[in-house]
Amino acid sequence: MPPEASTPHRDQGTPHRGTGTRQRANEISNSITMDYTIFILLLPFLSFLLLGVFGKWFSHKAAGLIGTAVLLAVAAMSYYTAYEYFFMTPRTAEGALPALMPYNYTWLPFFVQGLSFDMGILLDPISVMMLIVISTVSLMVHIYSFGYMHGERGFQRYYAFLSLFTMSMLGLVVATNIFQMYMFWELVGVSSYLLIGFYYTSPAAIAASKKAFIVTRFADMFFLVGILIYGYYCHSFGFDFNQAGFALGASMLPVALFLMFIGGAGKSAMFPLHIWLPDAMEGPTPVSALIHAATMVVAGVFQIARLFPLWIAYAPSTLHIVAWVGAFTAFYAAAVACCQSDIKRVLAFSTISQIAFMMVSLGVCTEYTTGHEHVGSLGYMASMFHLFTHAMFKALLFLGAGCIIHAVHSNEMSAMGGLRKYMPITNITFFIACLAISGIPPFSGFFSKDEILTAAFAYSPAMGWVMTAIAAMTAFYMFRLYYGIFWGTENKELHAKHTPHEAPLTMTFPLMFLAVVTCVAGFIPFGHFVSADSRIYDIHLDPHVACTSIIIAVASIFLATYMYMGERQPKADALAEKFGRLHRWAYKRFYLDEVYQYVTHRIIFAHISKPIAWFDRHIVDGFFDFLAWGTNALSFRIRGLQSGSVQQYAFVFLLGTLILLAVMAFA
Amino acid sequence: MFVILAVLIACSAMATVLTKSIVRAATYLLFVLLGTAGMYFLMGYTFLGSVQVMVYAGGIIVLYVFSILLTEGGKEEGVFKRTVKDASWGLILSLVGFLTFLGVVLSHPFRSLPLSAPSETASAVTSIHSIGSNMLSTGDNGYLLPFEAVSVLLLACIVGALLIARKR
Amino acid sequence: MMFAGVFGFLTRRSTLAILLSVELMLNATDLNFAVFNRMLHPEGYEGYFFSLFSIAISAAESAIAIAIMINIYRMKKHIQADGLEEMKW
Repeated sequence: MPPEASTPHRDQGTPHRGTGTRQRANEISNSITMDYTIFILLLPFLSFLLLGVFGKWFSHKAAGLIGTAVLLAVAAMSYYTAYEYFFMTPRTAEGALPALMPYNYTWLPFFVQGLSFDMGILLDPISVMMLIVISTVSLMVHIYSFGYMHGERGFQRYYAFLSLFTMSMLGLVVATNIFQMYMFWELVGVSSYLLIGFYYTSPAAIAASKKAFIVTRFADMFFLVGILIYGYYCHSFGFDFNQAGFALGASMLPVALFLMFIGGAGKSAMFPLHIWLPDAMEGPTPVSALIHAATMVVAGVFQIARLFPLWIAYAPSTLHIVAWVGAFTAFYAAAVACCQSDIKRVLAFSTISQIAFMMVSLGVCTEYTTGHEHVGSLGYMASMFHLFTHAMFKALLFLGAGCIIHAVHSNEMSAMGGLRKYMPITNITFFIACLAISGIPPFSGFFSKDEILTAAFAYSPAMGWVMTAIAAMTAFYMFRLYYGIFWGTENKELHAKHTPHEAPLTMTFPLMFLAVVTCVAGFIPFGHFVSADSRIYDIHLDPHVACTSIIIAVASIFLATYMYMGERQPKADALAEKFGRLHRWAYKRFYLDEVYQYVTHRIIFAHISKPIAWFDRHIVDGFFDFLAWGTNALSFRIRGLQSGSVQQYAFVFLLGTLILLAVMAFA
Repeated sequence: MFVILAVLIACSAMATVLTKSIVRAATYLLFVLLGTAGMYFLMGYTFLGSVQVMVYAGGIIVLYVFSILLTEGGKEEGVFKRTVKDASWGLILSLVGFLTFLGVVLSHPFRSLPLSAPSETASAVTSIHSIGSNMLSTGDNGYLLPFEAVSVLLLACIVGALLIARKR
Repeated sequence: MMFAGVFGFLTRRSTLAILLSVELMLNATDLNFAVFNRMLHPEGYEGYFFSLFSIAISAAESAIAIAIMINIYRMKKHIQADGLEEMKW
């Protein structure tokens, strides 16, 4: 039974298989306390309070420096945590990394079935990995924003929100139980909403922020229901999956897990709920890089990974549904990305596609234990690996796109072209990121994507070929984007008005840093740190899969080069002409937003909300209006009594006295 | 003597409330107060009677006359309330109350005591000497606490009246 | 005397006249206290002292009331009870 046998060991309170391991776990917990991890959460929170409440008394520079300094400290602590966790913490007898819980306080006991709402910090391989990802990308974005947001109104507010977001995202990944995760999950949603709507004077930004919030909120409702089912049937909110409750709730677990996946799909922009992410690009570009590319949108992936033992043990078939949802999303998003002209939209759809890759990778898992090559749990490691590398190169892409937008003051590819002369650093780093996302060795994307493809092939060849095809599309649209920006026809008249120039160092430094990470991250022996059961897993490159994917990626790149590199693009235009309808459909994102519009406005609003609104307005409100009106009318009647005339009062008083006297005298 | 005083008081009281001029009303009130003082003297409560004369007749009435002259002076228009109905209701209520009280008083069996010729004890009780010692004693029949309370009240009144009536 | 005061209180228009009626009523009660003390308990002091304090208090009351009247007169140029109804709110 996988969860019985190999779940990572939690803190002292949970049952372990043998007394020996328990003792060992105790020793570990005693020797390494990791008390300082609480500051990883507290510091950004304090900085949020400071900048949010007192922000307007700070200069822009001071506010930015406070935010960045705090993030620097957080990043340093995260790195130290990772070092201490991965290298100093002794492994358990089975060779797995233990899960540590430096803090776990019962916050709200429910007095039912031993349920309680705890708050704490859980360190296990994936949460530590996420700490590194979040703090690194966030730090880079903080530095970058210094240049990008220079002179913007609300600069302090921007940094306050960034701090809030960082705090909530960190809280989400170190959550010790699903309820805490949900709380920070919502906080993440709120800060995302605030940051998308940062330019609150623009109607598009407001609409986008509302859309993002409502769509993710709608999905989160399912998440909450899932949590409640999970708590009700399994008598636990925690992540200790070897408790007795799980056998009891086994029949309801697939339902609960699927509902939670819907919540995750909302945050991670899986197919029917992805519509908010492209619109979320209305926010400032560094925000897109941080929230809508690297960290928040992988929350859904993280959530599945967090509950992975349960999925494998109780709901494997549901897990495969997740895989197919992911595969469809990946395909859909890649197809749309091929036809978009707004560079941030292309990147947004690319993000959706890549996250779907991670979902697929988790979904194709069939086993929990790791050991020999090509086992069913490879996808878990691959997914986390891809999450890590994708966060770095996608943040790089977005930050690069930010530099470009900064330079040409437009999101449209038509305003770009031929920018390589003006922006050498952006050009090179963007190129590296494109290679990485296309899966060209030795860049990091190759390694992680290759693992995903291997896992997909191991599950079923069909899935493998589908994912390979999508990978090819990825390479194609990324290079279409790249050529469209840096090569191709230069928009002379626009550039004559305003010559593009390279961004300042505050913006290029994060680019260079992330580019270096992208170059070397693939060589991290990731399987040693993160694997499904926390034991060491050596990454093997499957030569067949690797060769196929490289060949296909290179072919796609050549195709893109052929079609888009030149000054004019006759082939591409001809193709667009030929498949005019398909092109238009893809350009319009297959009219999915219109479908949503239709469903929500014509069906839900017209046939459900309107009657409810009528009922509310006429029956419910009517009742209370009647009460108010009745009271009002009555008051009008009796207000004559309050005449203000002392003599009248005296008259009534005396009359009353006499009546009382009469009553007393004659009764 | 009692009858004379009683008739004086009753008539003056009626005149106070029935006369149109407020200055006259105040004058009639003065007669009522003096009549009351006479009642006190008749009962042998000489101190109370003199206080009544000094404070009421000497102080309060003068105050009223001043304030009447300060405000409306001798204006005489509109003595009663607008409608006769209001006034008649007041009249009826007053009469009913008066008759009720009269009924209660007359139906009560009073002991017949000599009205005149105050007894030795009574005059001892009401001598200024005993009043003074009672007023300032804390014993059984001591009134030190109300005495002090009244003095504080009077002080507060002085301050309050000044505060309210001062020119802004 | 008491009910003359009551009648005046209920029917007069001028607030000063109303105050005079109040004085009438107070005086009537004072007299009652003194009389009951004298007639029923000639050895007691209670009614006597009650009258005494009542006189002091009515003096205080009329001082305050007159101050208020003067103030109202300054503001409204009249002291008719019918016109003084703003305080009901």
